[in-house]
Amino acid sequence: MLTKPRPIRLKGRSFLALSLAPELPFEDWLTGLDDLAARSAGFFLRRPVVLDVDGLDIDKAELRKLVAELGQRNVRIMGIEGARPSLLGQDMPPAMTDGRPASDFEPPAEGEADEAQDAAAARATTVSASTPVQVTGSLVVTEPVRSGQSLFFPEGDVTIIGSVASGAEVVAGGSIHVYGTLRGRALAGTTGNSAARIFCRKLEAELIAIDGFYLTAEDMEPDFRGRAVQAWLESNGLKTGILG
Amino acid sequence: MGKVIVVTSGKGGVGKTTSAAALGAALAQNGEKVVVVDFDVGLRNLDLVMGAERRVVYDLVNVIQGEAKLTQALIRDKRVETLYLLPASQTRDKDNLTPEGVEKVIAALKKAFDWVICDSPAGIERGATLAMRHADVAIVVTNPEVSSVRDSDRIIGLLDSKTLKAENGERMEKHLLLTRYDPTRAERGDMLKVDDVLEILSIPLLGIIPESMDVLRASNLGSPVTLADESSAPARAYFDAVRRLKGDALPVTVPGEKRGFFGKFFGRKAA
Repeated sequence: MLTKPRPIRLKGRSFLALSLAPELPFEDWLTGLDDLAARSAGFFLRRPVVLDVDGLDIDKAELRKLVAELGQRNVRIMGIEGARPSLLGQDMPPAMTDGRPASDFEPPAEGEADEAQDAAAARATTVSASTPVQVTGSLVVTEPVRSGQSLFFPEGDVTIIGSVASGAEVVAGGSIHVYGTLRGRALAGTTGNSAARIFCRKLEAELIAIDGFYLTAEDMEPDFRGRAVQAWLESNGLKTGILG
Repeated sequence: MGKVIVVTSGKGGVGKTTSAAALGAALAQNGEKVVVVDFDVGLRNLDLVMGAERRVVYDLVNVIQGEAKLTQALIRDKRVETLYLLPASQTRDKDNLTPEGVEKVIAALKKAFDWVICDSPAGIERGATLAMRHADVAIVVTNPEVSSVRDSDRIIGLLDSKTLKAENGERMEKHLLLTRYDPTRAERGDMLKVDDVLEILSIPLLGIIPESMDVLRASNLGSPVTLADESSAPARAYFDAVRRLKGDALPVTVPGEKRGFFGKFFGRKAA
């Protein structure tokens, strides 16, 4: 047993967590949460949930009680965002920092619960009305993306006025628009956004991907080379089509 | 204060050293003071191309390490008296180039010369990044072929991020010098077209240097082509490039495309 122990590998990985921002008074907010859960029993199951308490005027006991209340509803909190260190103790979920916004989770739609459909529909409208307008970020690049450069923008859409060179890479949480020739790689919807698309004025790409589904240059329709093309995701994979 | 030009490409063998020497000699013939600095420590060539290999005593590394004064290392050209060479070391390796040392040397050269031309080594490592670091203007030397164009694209990205100008938020002035352009091969479609290269790299074109035996002959004679044969096609292309570098709005003609009436009749042999 003299073999050298292998060094421990430390890997980074990001997960998309559902962020809950409770509002005071908690009783009312929990009632609303119960309504939501009633429509879809498994909505919070198997999803990492982060509690965002930024700006809430509460003390440690209240926060502990809220976490316990959520626990009783099978909502297990993996971390707490925006809390002062004094609010958190050894027995509490750990603090989370550096969160970046991603696309919103779809609330369970009407009809998922069998009983009381009408009431559920009424509630669904109120839920969507109370959700704030989702503002995704966008990045506009007015220069060519050169070989060896990697443009990483998980917050939203990337628009490039210029070309993406062979050996360059554009990674976006949203859609990618290239007003020029796409010669390198374009990876859209990388944070799990399957509605993201890729548009380019001239397709010469090495690789395109949306939400993990990809096409290499060899897999692409040869007739589409050099033409204005868009790519989107369907249930049976990544599709490409001529634009305009 | 002189202007610092870096001649760079990423890929090797595209004509950086030849171009640095030719442009330096062309600039110096107008009476301006020019120094060409070889940054290719360990694989120097500029001294050979400029015919000064027998006169190298001290080099860039000696100056940086304080073993020689700058004036001792500079070699004056025998043909053009305002043209100087600062050779690289053949025996040391690139680690001897320190950022502080290079900064000092370039600052001193800028005071004494009108033009400081830095001949960058191939690659994107220390030698290349230090050669471009203090530049005011970059000349990206590219052959009309895919590997050279992609490497140049990479270099342009570095020019826009790793140089002092870029770090200060200024824009580096960049020019494309298309070298080893062969009209007959271009006509057959064996090479990338000028427009394709310009579209990919999207930087202004400084000139197109035709592929020519004159360049090889001049190099073997130890003379920049702009000194060896001023009337040859590559020499004229370099002289035109220098005029554009100084701000002349001289249109660029693609070699082979401007065939006249007689050329059409007598075919390619006439060219």
